[in-house]
Amino acid sequence: MNNKTPTSAYLNSIENRLNEFFIMIAGLWTFSVQFFRYVFVPPYEVYEIRKHMNELGIKTLPIVSVTGFIIGLVLAMQTQPVLARFGAEAYLPGSVGISIVRELGPVITALIFAGRVSSGIGAELGSMRVTEQIDAMEVSAVDPFKFLVVTRIFACTFILPILTVYVIFIALAGAYIAVVLVQNMTIEYYTNAVLYSVEFGDAIPGVAKTFVFGYIVGLVGSYKGYTATNGTEGVGRASTTAVVVSSLMILIFDMILVKITLWLWPTF
Amino acid sequence: MVEIYNLKKAFNSHIVLDDVSLKVDRGENLVVFGRSGTGKSVLLKCMVRLMEPDSGKIIIDDKDVLSLDIKELNNLRKQIGFLFQSAALYDSMSVRQNLEFPLIRHFDFSPEEREQKIISVLEKVSLLEAIDKMPSELSGGMRKRIGLARSIITEPKLMLYDEPTTGLDPITSKEISYLILELQKSLNMTSVVVTHDLLCAEIIADRAIVLNDGKVQYEGSIPELTSSNDPFLKNFFSHEFIKEN
Ligand SMILES: Nc1ncnc2c1ncn2[C@@H]1O[C@H](COP(=O)(O)OP(=O)(O)OP(=O)(O)O)[C@@H](O)[C@H]1O
Ligand SMILES: [Mg+2]
Repeated sequence: MNNKTPTSAYLNSIENRLNEFFIMIAGLWTFSVQFFRYVFVPPYEVYEIRKHMNELGIKTLPIVSVTGFIIGLVLAMQTQPVLARFGAEAYLPGSVGISIVRELGPVITALIFAGRVSSGIGAELGSMRVTEQIDAMEVSAVDPFKFLVVTRIFACTFILPILTVYVIFIALAGAYIAVVLVQNMTIEYYTNAVLYSVEFGDAIPGVAKTFVFGYIVGLVGSYKGYTATNGTEGVGRASTTAVVVSSLMILIFDMILVKITLWLWPTF
Repeated sequence: MVEIYNLKKAFNSHIVLDDVSLKVDRGENLVVFGRSGTGKSVLLKCMVRLMEPDSGKIIIDDKDVLSLDIKELNNLRKQIGFLFQSAALYDSMSVRQNLEFPLIRHFDFSPEEREQKIISVLEKVSLLEAIDKMPSELSGGMRKRIGLARSIITEPKLMLYDEPTTGLDPITSKEISYLILELQKSLNMTSVVVTHDLLCAEIIADRAIVLNDGKVQYEGSIPELTSSNDPFLKNFFSHEFIKEN
């Protein structure tokens, strides 16, 4: 009830936010369940999935390239003096390589992907919702969830790992540039040093978790867009909250997944 | 073809449809009048379950619409065409892809047959030149006509039109009205047409109803309604419409 005292108004707004939060959790869960129910049922809409993967790749490639390169470069620049203090410059390729492969490459790519893609999906599906395009699809007896949502989540899930692998290579190249600037190191030595210290046990979990991140981006973007209300204002809200929610979820799941991998494959 | 009994739909506490009952015979064109915001669009959406009514019964083609499962519902929807008030074209697809969309999914036409159908339906709405345009390149009236083309391309048994002529110039508007009439004659199509356009209604209507206060308040032929002495109808038909010629 709407009492006029400031505290109760405050409590009310907290209550509303909590409500919204739990509604969203429930919604994301339902969407997830529906996704797995539909994804194996024909028709597979291969054409749509390919189209989305192309679009997503082209849309994010420039920005992840630049970011990946700079992150690698800066990481090496920052790490170099620290290692030099211990006279351990020889470990530079290895330590930078491991950071990039295990953590920075996957998470940075995922966060950029979230910023670019989940907002895009949120806006796209949101405007389809408020202009009745989703309704039109539904009355033409085509399941819009399958055609619009499943294809997008699927495309996100499989394009992000590919992007991540690419970003890892770009970042390693950036790191090499930073290394060469301050010390003599041939590309062969660098490559060997990276390959020597980065193991499959680093690369597999690092890339594998991006399937989860890609799924999160597709899921949150679609959910926010698909359930948009209130006209164009709602579309704007769908696209911004999609970024916030998917970025946060990526970080939270990263924590969980890192814990799980460390527990399954202890590193030395 | 369509029977609706005691349909009720409210949004929170705002009752839009209170107690709507109506009947449309096979091959009949029913026109629905009503002031803006009386729930005409809501009524059409309830009929195809884009909105779930709170209570009531809807029978279309001898099927109890509200108790169908999703598969049966989709089978029924394939027999129904729906023209949205906003046209609702798919922005990301060209006009051709918009028209192909239902054809590819529900019929086994060869690409040539599909192309043939697309061309013939675009000719009907006289927009053949727009075939490769994107919806964003079309005017409001053109979108409406493409929307109409998309909903009739599957030759549904039942068409639900939400203001098919709003936003069109008088000549196109007349053409569209005659097109609706022709579809009724040639395909024995049943139609429910929501409109504010009296000229269009005079051309197509076999019967008309007036929705007010969530109920079907008047029913009859167009001349009966327009010449009625009832104060509401008198007021309605003198103010809602600007009659041409
Ligand atoms: N999704 C919705 N949520 C809440 N209220 C709605 C919703 N859709 C429609 N309404 C309400 O239902 C009422 C009827 O809307 P509807 O669109 O059916 O009117 P209409 O008769 O088609 O009017 P018009 O001639 O202007 O198209 C309006 O008061 C509107 O506020
Ligand atoms: Mg309406």
